[in-house]
Amino acid sequence: MKTTTIFSTFALSVLTTGFAHAAELLNVSYDPTREFYTDFNDAFKTHWKEKTGEVVKISQSHGGSGKQARSVIDGLPADVVTLALSGDIDIIATKTKAIPKHWQSRLPNNSSPYTSTIVFVTRNGNPKQIKDWADLIKPGVEVITPNPKTSGGARWNYLAAWAWADKEYQGDRKQVLGYIKRLFANVPVLDAGARASTTTFAQRGIGDVFLSWENEAYLIEKEFPGKTTIVYPSISILAEPPVAVVTKNTDKKGTTKIAQAYLEYLYTDVGQELAAKHFYRPRNAQIAEKYSKQFPTISLVTLDEKFGGWSKAQKEHFDDGGTFDQIYSVK
Amino acid sequence: MSRKHRVIPGFGLTAGFTIFYLSLIILIPLIALFIKAAGLGLDDWWDILTSPRVMAAAKLTFGASAAAAVVSTILGLLVTWVLVRYSFPGKRLLDGMVDLPFALPTAVAGITLTQIYAPNGWVGQYLDKMGIQAAYNATGVFIALTFIGFPFVVRTVQPILEDMGKEIEEAAATLGANRWTTFRQVIFPMLVPALITGFTLAFARAIGEYGSVIFISGNLPMKTEILPLLIVSQLEQYNYEAAAVIASGMLLVSFVMLILINLLQRRLDWQK
Repeated sequence: MKTTTIFSTFALSVLTTGFAHAAELLNVSYDPTREFYTDFNDAFKTHWKEKTGEVVKISQSHGGSGKQARSVIDGLPADVVTLALSGDIDIIATKTKAIPKHWQSRLPNNSSPYTSTIVFVTRNGNPKQIKDWADLIKPGVEVITPNPKTSGGARWNYLAAWAWADKEYQGDRKQVLGYIKRLFANVPVLDAGARASTTTFAQRGIGDVFLSWENEAYLIEKEFPGKTTIVYPSISILAEPPVAVVTKNTDKKGTTKIAQAYLEYLYTDVGQELAAKHFYRPRNAQIAEKYSKQFPTISLVTLDEKFGGWSKAQKEHFDDGGTFDQIYSVK
Repeated sequence: MSRKHRVIPGFGLTAGFTIFYLSLIILIPLIALFIKAAGLGLDDWWDILTSPRVMAAAKLTFGASAAAAVVSTILGLLVTWVLVRYSFPGKRLLDGMVDLPFALPTAVAGITLTQIYAPNGWVGQYLDKMGIQAAYNATGVFIALTFIGFPFVVRTVQPILEDMGKEIEEAAATLGANRWTTFRQVIFPMLVPALITGFTLAFARAIGEYGSVIFISGNLPMKTEILPLLIVSQLEQYNYEAAAVIASGMLLVSFVMLILINLLQRRLDWQK
């Protein structure tokens, strides 16, 4: 009896040490990518096994993009980060030097293998006839968006609205600010994160229109069939969620090669197809063509063109004293 | 040797451990917080703490916490009275339920309360018809904080009330006191210290509460933002110092308030 116990303990320890040799990757990501990366990880595991014969274990961590970046800065041993904003990866790079400064040029398409945009989700059949950004400031229309101070997604909402207003009022800053102010006057609840806003709109039934990630909008449609309608505004913003290898961590763990391969796999047909399936716009033109029904072409401005990059936009609009604070402090 | 002999030895060891333990889990993190905040000058401290947004949030946080603690104290006393003085079927179950707010993850509490009190919720829809909005405003914050705070009052008052023998009431009755006088002159004064402790705990907990409040508060700047949310907003901007300053400010105000309450309690004890 005792010998069997000892033997099985021994066998178990051999077995576990055997597993410990398998490479382990930690992917630190943001909230709405949970479902996508679950599928993608399985695909990559199979691919890697076929290619090299190695077994790889992949763990995921999800949360608000900024919070995740802070965890990595504070020492969470991420191998790769796949976040919502390039600014969050920039901060990791400057604060910890764990990622080289030029990280964004290490992979194609500014290191963002898939893109997304901001769309409107209205109640089924769009009873308030909300067609474009101008309709959001009509009296009696309630708009749901998370708080740009605490949510990365909300910052994209804000910038998309800004981009439209900037075009509409031909760059007259006072009028643009006026528009944004009236827009937020129609917001009854500012949740801390994107998923909380989804709950407020879809489950609490509050608001007439919800400014949402495109992929989140389709998820709501799947989750609450027949309850909502997706509306594409005349203009929106091209969100490019970036990915990067945290080189300092992977060098230490000896996982640099596999982490690199993991991110590159996002650009292959398999990765792109999976992204499209989870409602992210693929970069690959052929796959994008295949899913073109799902992703209507609309006019998209980019952050670099319109706002001069992330850090500039963050400073001008969302840091203390920025335009977002101004619309609330001026009575 | 002038060393005093104690019945149970080990003062050195236990005191040493106490100091070590308190340092490790309380003092060192707090000192680290102040060091972080000290990265900014006094002018910056003043600017951050007196900015309109922080002031508005402070008013809501401390105001709603105080109101919730007062209501928790009154309701808590009532519940304790029922649990201690009467026996009825299901009493044990009810007693156990009091602890639920301790055990429930605060986010779950927040989401559940919002679901119930939102304008389309079970209770919220009727309140809405009466013109009362119970979520996404200060009322919502107050409701969440009452939920969080009231077990503290029950659990501090309960043992005192249990220990208080029936004889005291009987003695009062034989001396000619009617029921109201007995409660007012005999029972209540004995409960006051415990009630104050319960109030303090509920109040302190409410000030720092984040998880349950952010779901029901609506988080509108200048209107329904609480201080912990502003700390998170600052962290979100990677502005660690400003976050530490707000946290330190909160801590100092809370500390002063707790000391004042403690002094009050001492005085009450003295008068007896």
